[in-house]
Amino acid sequence: MIVRTHELVKVYETGGETVHALDGVSIGVSQGQFVAIMGASGSGKSTFMNMIGCLDVPTSGSIEIAGRDVAGLSRDELAEVRNRQLGFVFQQFNLLKRTSATQNVALPLIYAGVSVSERRARAEAQLADVGLGDRLQNMPNQLSGGQQQRVAIARALVTRPSILLADEPTGALDSKTSVEVMKILQGLSEKGISIILVTHEDDIAAYAERRIDFRDGRVIADEPVRNRR
Amino acid sequence: MNTFDNIIIALTALRTNLMRSILTTLGIIIGVSAVILMVALGNGLQGLVINQVNSLGSNLIIVIPDSDGGRRSSQDGVLTERDADAIQREIPEVSAASPRLSKSVKVVAGNQNRSTQLAGADPDFVAVNNWDIVTGRNFTVAEARSGAKVALIGDTVREELFGDVDPVGLTFRANGTPLMVIGLLGAKGGGLGNDQDDLIVVPLTTARRRISGGLQTAGPPDAVQVIFVAFQEGSDMNRAKEDVENVLRSRYRIDEDELPSFSAFSMEEQLRSAESILGAFKIGLAGVAAISLVVGGIGIMNIMLVSVTERTREIGLRMAVGARTRDIRLQFLVEAIVLCVIGGLIGLAIGGGGALAMRNVLPDWPITIGAGTVALAIGVSAAVGLGFGLYPANRAAKLIPIDALRHE
Ligand SMILES: Nc1ncnc2c1ncn2[C@@H]1O[C@H](COP(=O)(O)OP(=O)(O)OP(=O)(O)O)[C@@H](O)[C@H]1O
Ligand SMILES: [Mg+2]
Repeated sequence: MIVRTHELVKVYETGGETVHALDGVSIGVSQGQFVAIMGASGSGKSTFMNMIGCLDVPTSGSIEIAGRDVAGLSRDELAEVRNRQLGFVFQQFNLLKRTSATQNVALPLIYAGVSVSERRARAEAQLADVGLGDRLQNMPNQLSGGQQQRVAIARALVTRPSILLADEPTGALDSKTSVEVMKILQGLSEKGISIILVTHEDDIAAYAERRIDFRDGRVIADEPVRNRR
Repeated sequence: MNTFDNIIIALTALRTNLMRSILTTLGIIIGVSAVILMVALGNGLQGLVINQVNSLGSNLIIVIPDSDGGRRSSQDGVLTERDADAIQREIPEVSAASPRLSKSVKVVAGNQNRSTQLAGADPDFVAVNNWDIVTGRNFTVAEARSGAKVALIGDTVREELFGDVDPVGLTFRANGTPLMVIGLLGAKGGGLGNDQDDLIVVPLTTARRRISGGLQTAGPPDAVQVIFVAFQEGSDMNRAKEDVENVLRSRYRIDEDELPSFSAFSMEEQLRSAESILGAFKIGLAGVAAISLVVGGIGIMNIMLVSVTERTREIGLRMAVGARTRDIRLQFLVEAIVLCVIGGLIGLAIGGGGALAMRNVLPDWPITIGAGTVALAIGVSAAVGLGFGLYPANRAAKLIPIDALRHE
């Protein structure tokens, strides 16, 4: 198992109100699997992604990433797990403004201690892989939404992580561009990268091989995707 | 992640908000210019005072009669040539005791004329006061005794009366008396409001007998206005001053517990007191400069806090892709330091330029901008950046990744 959670609980307290965003989630994802997570708004999908992305800490329960329990890790150790094992793709792309595509993609490599010349070479190669070899120096505001999301995917992959976490990656894209992005993810999955994707659309979930449904912070269904695209 | 990467990131961030960056550094620019200007002027003033004192000779004791009339009696204090002789005779470390009379005279050569100071002195006067004779010669003991009509002239008098012509052997008149120039004194330069080179030196007897005007005041015929006492190199100047005072006390029968009718100063003492005043002055200036730097630093801290808030999502993203606490802290620290050092360099240019421009206004002040000053400007501004950047940088570094990423 590349990702495994056990009885994961996240409780938020806001203004005297207690919300169980996650209420005992136990899931295992095997190496290379392509998983889609679905569920109504507020069902805890993003909360779950943030936990396994080591961006936030659970109230209780355990998380293993590539066989390593991340519960007891320090901030800096978690940063290293994010850098080496995980790649993130966000709904809003989250590219740095006024920073070229190449430099955006090279960002994780800065924190991996890679030399300037190698950073550049790897970032350019990664951009070529997602079909942006001719947009290397474009700033985010000089790229279409789909292109920006492809830059973000290149950034997520540049450190060669084993897990890609994508929270509604097509949420801000039209259906045609969404298909392009999903094709790229499918290709990555075939290369052995484990992908966990959150989506509201059945069409998008259909690209995955396994589908998990959340409701009120719990898993209510977990089954293989039948009519896979 | 290395410092070079951080400097690039910092410069990019600062360029993004260029106008704001410039305005932010204004405090540092003003603070550093103030520091540089103050230090340069303080050092210049100190150099000036030291030069002045050294031009007189630091082994010198100057004795003057108390003008308010010797507090022990109703009479004015008096010093005479005999007092000078006694000092010379009785204190072995004295290399020369040179009396001086002075008076302001009108000197005329051809159609040039000028008011200047006349010093009536003995041949030791030149050496005792650290004068050089650049051309010509000093007057002799025989000339001094006979009251020869000869004079040494200062550089200012030379320029006014004779221009570029070699004055030695030429004649001019002082209050009507013709005097022959036998030597030219080397220029000492001006100083705190007085021009040391604006003088002529003649033998005492000449000053007394041959030049009209009331040189003499009340008192014995050999009364003088000042006695310069030069001590041998390495003498203890505190002792020296006491020795001179004791000789005069015994000559005028002034007891230990009575106030003397004369005052003796050691130039070394003057130098030390001038230095302590200047030291306090410099600390005051440094204090003013430090306050402006603190104000500048608070401006930096303020803008860095704004910058951290504005870039919270960027910080979250950097953390998501693997930035550690120290990477984020360093990024913002370097940004604060780069901002301050740029301000410091601009301040250095302004303060240094200002200080050098002051040379035109104060030509005698030895004002210089050295490597030390440059290092001071850069060091101080980097330290301000470090000091005031630390809090915002720590604040950025301690953000929780998901909160930062979700920041609106
Ligand atoms: N930082 C927070 N503080 C308080 N409550 C929170 C916080 N983050 C999430 N929640 C709550 O936790 C629950 C789960 O939120 P989450 O963002 O995981 O939902 P989601 O499934 O991703 O929804 P969507 O499909 O709309 O993105 C919601 O009720 C939400 O209000
Ligand atoms: Mg969500």
